[in-house]
Amino acid sequence: MSTQTTGMVLDLKGLLCPMPVIKLAKAIKDIPVGEIIEAFATDPGVMADIPAWCRTTGNELVTLEKIDKQFRFVVRRVK
Amino acid sequence: MTVVDLPLANTLTVQSNGKSTKNKLSMVIFSGDMDKILAAFIIATGAAASGMEVTMFFTFWGLKAIQKSGVITGKGLFGRMLGMMNRGGLDAIGPSRLNMGGMGRWMFKLMMKQKGVASLPELYEMAVDLGVKMMPCQMSMDVMEIDPQLFQDNVEPPVGVAAFIEEAAESKATLFI
Repeated sequence: MSTQTTGMVLDLKGLLCPMPVIKLAKAIKDIPVGEIIEAFATDPGVMADIPAWCRTTGNELVTLEKIDKQFRFVVRRVK
Repeated sequence: MTVVDLPLANTLTVQSNGKSTKNKLSMVIFSGDMDKILAAFIIATGAAASGMEVTMFFTFWGLKAIQKSGVITGKGLFGRMLGMMNRGGLDAIGPSRLNMGGMGRWMFKLMMKQKGVASLPELYEMAVDLGVKMMPCQMSMDVMEIDPQLFQDNVEPPVGVAAFIEEAAESKATLFI
């Protein structure tokens, strides 16, 4: 686990495509540039979708990991 | 010998009719089937959430997806019959296969709910929220006798093919569903 301060924690558990990406896109507008969002999801699709979303939008993917049956990821707002 | 000065800068940007390509997705929604409309709205909301401008052009059966629930379209005998046999609104449309007189629609809705997939009305609302532009096709509306007032409130005024081509020409991606 990283030690950086979390701007926001997002619960995406139980949501399937396209909701994790849409909720993330909405939530990132509510935090200042440079801050991070920590999110938890259960949809295995996030392993491909979150990195792709970060590449498309230019935000930084700090961490993406699978913990048991859950997925945890941290995204930093770049712009 | 004369040296030809090539306007290299101009060849590097994609241009169409003097306009450069925008980070935009244009979609033609021809189908009025629940499963295809679901795919269309997943792509539209996903693109909008990824920072793309999104335009959806609804034509023919696709008009059923932007119609208000519980209204019957049609003016003349045939138009009225068409409206009765092919109800519009996101709750009334059925899947492209195995609808079996509405049983398939009911089964798919239930299975999607059990698995936590967003429902069509939820996705539609999300698309509106994300600023997805929806345009109906004037010609199909005339053929099927659909009044523009029977569409959802967010739907833009009816347009023709040239308006869609203008949108498509400045888009990075175009889809026909």
